[in-house]
Amino acid sequence: MRKTYGALAALDDVSLEVASGEFITLLGPSGSGKTTLLMVLAGFIRADSGQILFGDSDVSLVAPHKRNVGMVFQNYALFPHMTVAGNVAYPLKLRRVGKTEIGERVARALDLVQLSGLGERHVDQLSGGQRQRVALARAIVFEPRILLMDEPLSALDKKLREQMQIEVRHLHQRLGMTTVYVTHDQREALTMSDRIAVIDRGRFRQIGTPREIYGRPASRFIADFIGESNFLPVAVRDGQAYLGDKLLRLAEPLRTGEPSQLLGVRPEKVVILGGGDAGAHNVFEGMVREIVYQGESSLVSVTLAGGHELSVRQQAISAVIPPVVGAAVRLGLAPADTIIVPQDSPA
Amino acid sequence: MSAPAPASNRAAGRAAPGAPPAPVNAERLRAQERAENALLAGLTVPGMLLIAALVLAPIGWLFWLSFRNPAGFTFDHYLRLLHPSYTLTLQTTFELSFLVTAICILLGYPVAYIIAQARPRMAAVLMMLVLFPVWTSLLVRCYAWLVLLQRRGLLNTWLTDMGLIDTPLRLMHNFTGTTIGMVHIMLPFMVLPLYGSMRAISSDYMLAASSLGASPAAAFRQVFVPLSLPGLVAGTIIVFVLCLGFYVTPALLGGGRVMMWSMQIERNVNYYSDWGAASALGVVLLVMTLGIMWLVGRIIGFNRIVGAR
Repeated sequence: MRKTYGALAALDDVSLEVASGEFITLLGPSGSGKTTLLMVLAGFIRADSGQILFGDSDVSLVAPHKRNVGMVFQNYALFPHMTVAGNVAYPLKLRRVGKTEIGERVARALDLVQLSGLGERHVDQLSGGQRQRVALARAIVFEPRILLMDEPLSALDKKLREQMQIEVRHLHQRLGMTTVYVTHDQREALTMSDRIAVIDRGRFRQIGTPREIYGRPASRFIADFIGESNFLPVAVRDGQAYLGDKLLRLAEPLRTGEPSQLLGVRPEKVVILGGGDAGAHNVFEGMVREIVYQGESSLVSVTLAGGHELSVRQQAISAVIPPVVGAAVRLGLAPADTIIVPQDSPA
Repeated sequence: MSAPAPASNRAAGRAAPGAPPAPVNAERLRAQERAENALLAGLTVPGMLLIAALVLAPIGWLFWLSFRNPAGFTFDHYLRLLHPSYTLTLQTTFELSFLVTAICILLGYPVAYIIAQARPRMAAVLMMLVLFPVWTSLLVRCYAWLVLLQRRGLLNTWLTDMGLIDTPLRLMHNFTGTTIGMVHIMLPFMVLPLYGSMRAISSDYMLAASSLGASPAAAFRQVFVPLSLPGLVAGTIIVFVLCLGFYVTPALLGGGRVMMWSMQIERNVNYYSDWGAASALGVVLLVMTLGIMWLVGRIIGFNRIVGAR
């Protein structure tokens, strides 16, 4: 699939296969091309070249209103001149479904999104979360082949957003509808998806389950974009990675052929070691520079012996005595969490 | 609370044991609010006076005059309006206004739609073309139509030269000419509110309709047109009401053969110096206009006319 705007490639030879019933998230920063891809799937944007297959049928040239694709828009796009029930009934009316059946299916869809009894309300009498649910009900009531969602939760406040994430997830598990979800919120992607496709500058950078993306980021960009990461330069000699002079124990063999690589460290994976045995951990020594208290955890900045900074997230319930500024600490990192990523994301 | 009370008002107020603490500053804050409200009300006084002097007083005077003759109170001015010459004028006025408004809707809707869909630069150019006539003198535009529509005017000359007609069409000093001229004058007043409400329709609504299975035609009919209704209603009312009281264009292009209500008013004042009769005509026009507004408001809701949802 390709789409260019002048010299800018919004989609640069992307290819993606989505299994039936799968919840896949297109995750990327703004301007990465994720919305463009969604619009191409919906048929609102014509690609320069490429093919869209739903099952065995090629829909690349099919008009948007004949694609049978449900879409939830960022601003919901609920019709203000119709009631809630009118909005949900609209796709069924267009399909000439019988009146009694429309009534039943609308009621069922509203029930599904927990809006039973609000059918006669007008759209402007609803809260943001309720509008969101109506938009969802409208997009699924006609049982589309796939459901597309374009940052549907971004207008909601944090609490409601997290609640809706779980709800949309449950709804998906119940209906088993193939869903393509677009977001720039990495947490949302990790919470909801079966698989995540990280997209940047019009290309997929990594496709995998949330666990794979988070635990085994393929590049510095992904390690940085998803979760927090510290990056430390490593030297590669004879297929081994060294931080300074120290050999790093790794769970997986190094990628070969990458000229310069980085050690990516998740702050929450680092443990502050007491005086005891380090076990199989990679050990770093340094001095506590600053401690930022953040409620459920504290962020401890440590200056390593080599001069580099390393952030460590220490849970409030941690058994180890809280460190103090200026004290020397020993940090441990398990080989499985010792991730080496290429310096530059492959362009 | 048992801390040693320093010699300050706040601490003293709080220290009173048992009794609820005295509200601090409440009286002064209320007084400040009252003073502010009074100031704001005071600021509206000049506007209110202006409206009273320039709108309410003349209309009151109009009403009074319409019930007066040299002998005193009378209904004569109104009874006279039942004469066929007046009822016929009323009929013409309404027929012409309906026709002009209908044509303005048919012509204005596509124009507003095209401008609303155009790219910003193109939209600005098109909008200029719509507004340009409004900035030209009304008289100039009417005389221009006279030049075009005359017996030996541009249009008739072309049509005869092309062999489409043998004898010149009668295009002015009649209903046809008046309609053409009035549509031309009124069209911007239809396009502007329509354009405004069409611009406010997010393109997402059309995409949503499309994704739900609506063909472009269905999406236009079932989503776009209903959402543009406030502008359509506003434009229709503006044009219709302006038509009801229109004088210059019907007088020039109708050539005395198309008698509008406003022309009857002018006659009574200028030819017969009958202010009472003219006032009665004015009152009837005003009442009918308000009646139509009320009726439209009853049917589609007054909020939609004003533009609020």
